[in-house]
Order: sequence, then structure tokens, then C-alpha cells
Amino acid sequence: MELTRRDAAAALAALGAGGVAAVAVGHTDDNGGQQADDIDKAAIRRTMVAAAEVVYPDDIAGIDEFVNTFLDSRLAGDRHAAAVDSAVTALDDRAQSWYGDRFAALSADTRDAVLREMAVDTAEPRREGEPRETVRYYVVNELLLALYSSPTGGELVGTENPQGYAGGIDSYQRGPQA
Amino acid sequence: MSGRPPAEDIETSAGASDRTPVDDADVCVVGAGPAGALVADQLADAGREVVVLEAGPRFDFDDRLARQEKAIRPTYDRPDVWDSDPERDAHSNSGEWFYPLNHARAKGVGGSTLHWQGMVMRLHEADFNSKAERGVGVDWPIDYSDLRPYYAAAEHAIGVAGGENPFGPPREEPRPMPAFEPSHSDSLFAEACDELEIAMHPVPNARNSEPYDGRSGCVGYGTCQPVCPSGAKYDGTVHIESAEGKGATVIDRAAVQRLEHDADRITAATYATPDGEFRQDADAFVLAAGGVETPRLLLLSESEQYPDGLANSSGAVGQFFMDHLFAGMGGTLDEPTRQNHVGFLTSETHQFYDEADAELAPFKLEFFNYAGPSPVEMALTGDDWGDDLLERVRDGYGTHIAMGGLVEQLPREDSYIGLDESTTDTHGNPVPDVHWNVGDRALRTIERANELQRSILDELGVEIEWTAGPDSTGPAYHHMGTTRMSDEPADGVVDADCRTHDLDNCWIASSSVFPTGGAMNPTLTIAALALRVADAVDAAV
Ligand SMILES: Cc1cc2nc3c(=O)[nH]c(=O)nc-3n(C[C@H](O)[C@H](O)[C@H](O)COP(=O)(O)OP(=O)(O)OC[C@H]3O[C@@H](n4cnc5c(N)ncnc54)[C@H](O)[C@@H]3O)c2cc1C
Ligand code: SF4
Repeated sequence: MELTRRDAAAALAALGAGGVAAVAVGHTDDNGGQQADDIDKAAIRRTMVAAAEVVYPDDIAGIDEFVNTFLDSRLAGDRHAAAVDSAVTALDDRAQSWYGDRFAALSADTRDAVLREMAVDTAEPRREGEPRETVRYYVVNELLLALYSSPTGGELVGTENPQGYAGGIDSYQRGPQA
Repeated sequence: MSGRPPAEDIETSAGASDRTPVDDADVCVVGAGPAGALVADQLADAGREVVVLEAGPRFDFDDRLARQEKAIRPTYDRPDVWDSDPERDAHSNSGEWFYPLNHARAKGVGGSTLHWQGMVMRLHEADFNSKAERGVGVDWPIDYSDLRPYYAAAEHAIGVAGGENPFGPPREEPRPMPAFEPSHSDSLFAEACDELEIAMHPVPNARNSEPYDGRSGCVGYGTCQPVCPSGAKYDGTVHIESAEGKGATVIDRAAVQRLEHDADRITAATYATPDGEFRQDADAFVLAAGGVETPRLLLLSESEQYPDGLANSSGAVGQFFMDHLFAGMGGTLDEPTRQNHVGFLTSETHQFYDEADAELAPFKLEFFNYAGPSPVEMALTGDDWGDDLLERVRDGYGTHIAMGGLVEQLPREDSYIGLDESTTDTHGNPVPDVHWNVGDRALRTIERANELQRSILDELGVEIEWTAGPDSTGPAYHHMGTTRMSDEPADGVVDADCRTHDLDNCWIASSSVFPTGGAMNPTLTIAALALRVADAVDAAV
């Protein structure tokens, strides 16, 4: 299944905010300089894409563009971006000390292992807490939220209008074969 | 997906720039839920100087998509969606039945409709005469015919999409918008219901089936309860904004602490704000703070004249607290049921409603469109990812199916809202004590509703996995009865015009005036009564 610009643009388009145009301009992370300078957005983006390759189903294509577009809205503000940065840093620290390289540079299997060895799989998602909990919230669940509230994520499991996506008022009336 | 601003980046809205009282106010409205909003809008329209005092904040419409994240992510609790504060909103529960009060209301401009589901039906004619028609409860001092024109006006004001209901009370004109089309899962239910000779009909929704009154049509986000990012679902902010456009002043974060009064009039409302405490004078006062805070404010305003609480010569303030009880059942089917595309219901049945008598209460049955977890909720609550997670969601989503229903409970002396003097809120006031109890008639009726639900689900071939029966029922978050309406001053708090028996210039717009509750979600009746209160106030001041 291919993640498309439709998935990426879903929410904006639904709000009539000219979403397609807004996401077509690339990923600049320029929000007027209100952000702490010490956040390395490029590193966050790399790490999030690398994590998505692990937590998304195997036969999903177009992850890079999808995740980066999602992050445009997620990293635009202050507090959330800083918290994602801390979680990503914690993940990179573990990767570095256990496997000698930053998370995004490891093989997919090793990335999966890092997450499990940190116990991210069984952790409660929390905004404040142990690294396993914040990584669960700001990395894994963040990415799962993006996918499973998008049309492609919905279609993977049998709905073209998943909760959180403004998919109109026809789909609920249709039968499964339609 | 783009355009999902993070929940964490929501800024607290600054709200009113000036929280000082309004000079020469004709009417002071306490509470900016739908009741207060409609009263304010109507009176502003009539040229009155209106001020609305609202305890909670004003929420930015543009943050709703970010609030939707709080509705979806398991890290947040439901009351977090609209920034409920456990200390500010503290409460006690001394009844036999637990009552989750802060799941059952929202505080802020728009009130609990920010969070509500938005089903809006008229009460049936017999609901106004429970004692005469069913031999239990009490009769309302007004009839369906008194409220009928106000029901029509309320349906236009809030925007209702609905269709023909063969069991509903008489009505003169269709609802302002066409009903939402039935769902795929309704069509599955329809086969079983046909077989059992149960008639399904559309649910009237306070939700735009097409653009209405400058607001968007429904776009299918599926998170109606607790937040509609498109504005297609009605909420009280609509009439607050309209009232402001007509000159009303709305002061947020203005929690009324006490109503100053003499023997027969309220003279002022004292209110606490982040900018200090103030005192609002007005010729008339309309209390619209919901079915829990309205009686609480009256109890807190006790005086030498009214030692048991303001407007409480009858002793009925806070008494007879009622809610509707939920009866439900659900399971899975061996075919796709297409749930969770939208967050509202399209079909129900009132077929059994008017069979009510002294033994069995009125009840309605609902056919769900959001049975079982949504895919994204499942994805966020597991200890797996990748293909394993996908498999789990594929297995778990798609075949759930369920029915709900609401059942009337009767007014009872051992069910009430009191004050817990041992616990205080952030302003130092005793917190509300929700002392909720439910009687056998309601419990029997839940069993009856369950029997019908079981027969329908069995006919459909559903493997039943859960039942919300008499032992596991819960409240529907409708707070009724606590300042009941009565002809005689000894029997209740307000008269047939919703003016307090004790005070000449105080009206109450709330489901707290309902003498009995029927089994219909209350807000259309609240809205109709609010419009009627506005007429009465306009005539009196
Ligand atoms: C989850 C949920 C689902 C619901 N679904 C439905 C439904 O489908 N259909 C239906 O008909 N109803 C439904 N309801 C109920 C509906 O929301 C209420 O009936 C309706 O909002 C009541 O309107 P109101 O204006 O009387 O009170 P509220 O909406 O509760 O507003 C009261 C306002 O007064 C303010 N206030 C309180 N105390 C003070 C004070 N001392 N000073 C100043 N302000 C104060 C509060 O902050 C609040 O904003 C639902 C409720 C919930 C919680
Ligand atoms: S499905 Fe609900 S939340 Fe979505 S637009 Fe319609 S009313 Fe709003």
C-alpha cells in the first residue's frame, strides 16, 4: 500500500485550508524563529523516518514523504517539538551506547531491537517519564497516530474513513464491497 | 497526514480583555452552555443589555483539531479534552451509585455541548404527565402543547437534521435539515428488525447534514463526542457568538460565587476572575449553570432569610437528582459492519416508549455506528508494531456491532445534589456532592431493553460479548430534577414559567427544572425552555 499526498494532506484539505498547496512546498521547518535553536530538526526527521520503517507494516511505501509531511505540522510549534527532540535524543543515546551508531544509521532489525531492549513495546505512552515511556509517546505512538488516522492506514484494516480523518459522510453508508 | 497541530501546543486563550461588570445590565445570565447562550442571544436580539458570566475559559475554535488528538490518544483522559481541572472541578460522591461528574460536563464557553453527542429529540406527550398517564412520578405544570412552538424554534436555532418518526409526538413542520442517511450497519439491523416487526427511524441530530447557519456540513471526522473540529455539530458557542454580535457581553473565567439578595430579589452576582472579584448588578438573573452547579450556587447563597439555600423555601433545591440510564449490548458478526466512520447515530426506535406504566419506564433503543474500538485507538494501545500490529487491528476491527438505549429514572428523595462541607474547590467553596440513587422501575426497564436488544442481535446472528444491564449500567450525563418546576411553591423551586417561586427576578434555564426526565436526551427540551424563559424575562423586565 502506498502512502500518498492524499494521506499527507488529509486534515488540511478537509478543513478547506488549501492543504495540497500547503504540503507541496517541501519541509522547511521555518516558523518565524520562535523555536529553541538547539533542536536539530533534520536529526528528528531522520530518526522518525527510521522508526516509522520499523513500526509501520512492511509493505507500506512512501514513508519518507509521509512522515516528513506529518512532521511539518508537528514540529511547527514549541512544546511538542522540544519533547519530540528529547525522546529522539534518548533513543539515539541508547543506539549509540549499545550499537555504536545513531538510531537512523542502524539496520531495521537493529532499530527494532533497540526499541524492544528499551522496553518501548510494553511501555505506557507518557508525556513525562522514563525514556521508554516518552519514546512510546513521542516516537512510536506519534507515528502510529499519523498512519492509522490516514486513509491509507484505514484502508489497510478495512475502512476508508478512519477515526480522526475527515473522510466525508458517504463511506459509512456503503457496504464492504463498494 | 499533515495539518495535525499537536495537542501540547494549544495555548490557553486569553479570553475577555475586560472582566469588570457591565453598567446598567438588564439581564445577567450565569453559565454559557446552550441554555445560557440561547437566553442571551434571544434577549440581546430584543435589545436588552445582557451580560453572561461563565466560570470556564473560552476555547479557540482553531485548536479543535489539536484537541482531537487528546480524544484519540489513550494518554489523555476524557475530561482533559476540554481542560477540566480536578481541583477546580472537585466533587464528592456519597450515593450508592458512583457518578463520574467531570466526564459528564464541560466547563467553558459552550458548556457541556462542547463534549456532547448531539442527539436531540422532543419529549413525548405523556412525559409531561407521568403521574396522570403512568401512575408514577409527578406531572409537569406545563404540557407538550405549551412547549411545542418552542421546540420548533429550538430545532431551527440549533439546526437539527432529522426525518419521520412514527412514534414521535405531533409536529407541524419537518426539521430544518434532512436526516442523515442510514448507515450500512443500520441496513444489517433492518433485516432483523423487519423479521421482529420492530420499526427503525432516523435519529434527529444537532449536526449539519448540509451547511447550515454559516457552519460546515458534517465531514466525517468520527470524534463527535468529545470534539467536532469542523463545527458541524452544534454547540453553545454558536449562540454565544450570535449574542455577542447583538451586543451582549460574555465574560469568561468568571465563576459566580454567590447571589446577593433581599427577601424577593437577587441584587447582584459576585464572581471571581483571574483579575479579581467583582459584583454584577442586573434587573433580572437567569441561572443556566447546569443541573449540578445551579442548585449548588443556590445552596451556597444561603442567608438569614434563606437559611437552607436561596430560593429554597420548598426544600427542593438539589433534590430529586435524575439521569438517564444506559442499557446496551454488543458483540461481533461474521461480516464487516463498517463501524467508526462517523461518530454519531443514524437510526433508533421509540416503538416501545409509550408502553410505559408504573412498572416499566419509557425507553428508546439505538443502533450504533461506532461499536468496538476504532483502528487508531487499537493501534495506540498494544505492545506490538509493524505487521503484528496490523494483524491485530485487522482481526479486531471491522465486525463489531452494538445497540444502546436510554431508560427513564424516577425522581427519588434519596437522589440529590448536596454540598460536601468537608471539601472545598479552588475558590474555597464546598464542592458538590452527587448523591445518586436509582430505583427498581428503572432497573426492570433496563432488563426489558436488554431482552429486546438480545432478540435483535440473536436474529442478526451476533455473537454477544457484552451487556450493559442493571448491574453494569451507567449514567448518560443528563443532570435533571434539581430545581424542579411545580405549580405549588411548596412542591418545587420554579413555577411554570421557570421563575423561582421565592424570587421575583430569578429564572432558571436548565434540565434542573424537569420534574421527570422521560427517556429522551434532554438538550432540545432545555433549548425550548430557554427560549421560553427568554420570552418571560423580556416580558417582565
Ligand atoms: C459526553 C456527553 C454526551 C452528551 N450527549 C447528549 C446528547 O446526545 N443529547 C443531549 O440532549 N444531551 C447530551 N448531553 C448533555 C448536554 O451536554 C447537556 O444537557 C447540555 O449541555 C446542558 O446545557 P446547559 O446549558 O444547561 O448546561 P451546560 O452545558 O453544562 O453549561 C453550563 C455552563 O455553566 C457554567 N457554570 C457552572 N457553574 C458556574 C458558576 N458558578 N458561574 C458561572 N458559570 C458557571 C459551566 O462552566 C458551563 O459552561 C451530553 C453530555 C455529555 C457530557
Ligand atoms: S462526524 Fe462528528 S466530529 Fe466529524 S464532522 Fe461530523 S459531527 Fe463533526
